Amino acid sequence: MKTDIILAGVGGQGILSIAATLGAAALENDWYLKQAETHGMSQRGGAVVSHLRISDEPIYSDLIPKGSANVIISVEPMESLRYVDYLSEDGYLVTNTKPFVNITNYPEEKKLMDHIQSLKNVVAIDADQIANDLKARRSSNIVMLGAAAPFLNMDISVLESGLKQIFGSKGDEIVEMNMKALHAGYKFAMENK
Amino acid sequence: MQKLLLGDEAIAQAAIDAGMSGVYAYPGTPSTEITEYVQASKLAEERNIHSDWSANEKTAMEAALGMAYAGKRSMTCMKHVGLNVAADNFMNAAITGVNGGMVVVVADDPSMHSSQNEQDSRFYGKFAMIPVLEPSNQQEAYDMTYGAFELSEKYKVPVMIRVTTRIAHSRAGVITKELKPQNNQSLPSDPRQFVLLPSIARKQYKVLLGNQDHFNAESENSVYNHYFEGEDKSMGIIACGLGYNYLREILPEGDCKYPVLKVTQYPLPEKQVKQIANETEKLLVIEEGYPMVEEMIKGFLEKEPVTGRLDGTLPRDGELNADIVAAALGIQTGSKESKVPDFVANRPPSMCPGCSHIDVYNALNEALAPFGQGRVFSDIGCYTLGALEPFNAINTCVDMGASITMAKGAADAGLVPAVTVIGDSTFTHSGMTGLLDAVNENSPITVIISDNESTSMTGGQDSSALGRLEAICQGLGVDPEHIRVLNPIKRNHDDMVKVMQEEFDYDGPSVIIPRRECIQKAARRRKMEAKQKAKS
Repeated sequence: MKTDIILAGVGGQGILSIAATLGAAALENDWYLKQAETHGMSQRGGAVVSHLRISDEPIYSDLIPKGSANVIISVEPMESLRYVDYLSEDGYLVTNTKPFVNITNYPEEKKLMDHIQSLKNVVAIDADQIANDLKARRSSNIVMLGAAAPFLNMDISVLESGLKQIFGSKGDEIVEMNMKALHAGYKFAMENK
Repeated sequence: MQKLLLGDEAIAQAAIDAGMSGVYAYPGTPSTEITEYVQASKLAEERNIHSDWSANEKTAMEAALGMAYAGKRSMTCMKHVGLNVAADNFMNAAITGVNGGMVVVVADDPSMHSSQNEQDSRFYGKFAMIPVLEPSNQQEAYDMTYGAFELSEKYKVPVMIRVTTRIAHSRAGVITKELKPQNNQSLPSDPRQFVLLPSIARKQYKVLLGNQDHFNAESENSVYNHYFEGEDKSMGIIACGLGYNYLREILPEGDCKYPVLKVTQYPLPEKQVKQIANETEKLLVIEEGYPMVEEMIKGFLEKEPVTGRLDGTLPRDGELNADIVAAALGIQTGSKESKVPDFVANRPPSMCPGCSHIDVYNALNEALAPFGQGRVFSDIGCYTLGALEPFNAINTCVDMGASITMAKGAADAGLVPAVTVIGDSTFTHSGMTGLLDAVNENSPITVIISDNESTSMTGGQDSSALGRLEAICQGLGVDPEHIRVLNPIKRNHDDMVKVMQEEFDYDGPSVIIPRRECIQKAARRRKMEAKQKAKS
């Protein structure tokens, strides 16, 4: 198996919790993993991206070549398009629909969403709303991970196990909340892909 | 044992495992996580390994050299521009040599993700004439650091590890080695080794020169430099550090018909470079950073063309990636279908809502309005973002501490009032000595130390300035009546403007300290406190 994932968002949105879960899952399965993160200046409300590569064979580049990502997971709709040239022809774009507007020239929302919907393989999900409905407001990123789960070339049980490792130290309640978030996202994607 | 580590963390873990007794550093992206990893390591704590932050890179490197003088293994870490600050010690440490092993880790930032320039620290390694290791992946970052202490002790010379952002801030599985004991304290066998009086320095320098052939032999025999045979001799590829990684992404070992020389240990291995030059018709040099190797080779090979960053085969600036390397090899990546739409707007970093610097800039802009633009000299930190919309409040950001001294020079030229905005941590890093210059000449500058009690841009590390600013300024000779402490909140806006205007009118150096804890740091602190409370 080989999965290349672009994780996108705005500094402070916590995309690294998604990466950490996938990382834990990869390590448990003895897969190779590379995960390039954004640290430093851009973390202050700027565009941030993480390249995540998982494979059962050794991986060289820390950065994914353009046109070869299996999935873009973006916790912000405009940010999902910033990296769209990394997506492979049959790759999936999975994005949260809730804009994070901290700039004056943010595009018109309809234009943005129309463009996203015009792409071949898209899952556009209001992860914040779903997380709120679950009373798991802080788990919207795990809803996003769940929504991407059908396209990651790995069984969802692998992700469940990753969640247990990452959130285990915070208690069963937190683990359970994130499990629910994961499955809610997964269900949405299966019904809307 | 396999661990999932950032390149920075792999270096830190390797140093702990190799018996390091202390790391000395000042935070700087992308090097910060090395020291933070040691600070958080239980093993490092058990082994009593020093890991407190230093005031700046120069004090850090000097302390590391002191530890190596006393026979123990030490490491100092910094970003590329930090090595400029530490360069005096660095160049001379190559001449004194060491007693215990000393490793200098420098993290470069090509493409300037979080820096003022993209200088290539391999030049510093060459300048100081010491061995340089440039890992191409996280495992090599671990293995090289682990071995660097031995190499350092073998030749009694500091060894440099050079990484770049993509290795520093990328995670991969790393297999660790056995834990070694730390060195015992011991004095150098030659009591005059570290006394660089001219007569001794000349002798020591000859020792360094005499070692150059050995360093070359180490490179030629290094497991980190490797010659891969190839049938197609129309081109040879020299791939350095991370460049090797991108090459293998595009042309894996089995698919590559050209001879390849992987270079990850310097000095450049002469024998292998000659071999690839003799065997092939032209050379492509793939290196992250400046075209150092390309320049070294070009001009020596009369007939053979050398291509790379200098002739435009690869871009002259910015970091490499697999797509750029593929293009240099004539291979197309990417799909034509998915283009980034034009309406995707840039999202530059900005100050956090509620940040104290915002209140400082709002007051400063109003206080300075009568005097016109162009008189605010600033520095390196979150407050540098005051250069952007909507503040447009600062006019310079050059190097750590330059705000105060540049304001002084401008005031000498008649630009009065000249104002400085500097952070607390940057002030103790390199601002204090500049303030002393201003005091000694009674220069009419207004120094605003925007004190958020934290080194925030790099993630909220403790600031050496904490609780000391007024005492330092007084000690340097600033008139206590012109050291004004403010609370930068919206409600105090008018007071802040008034105080600033009063100090602009003063014909001498004054210091204004708007003080409010970084909101990110405050949030983390409250979270920690709540956690501790819940435990007890």
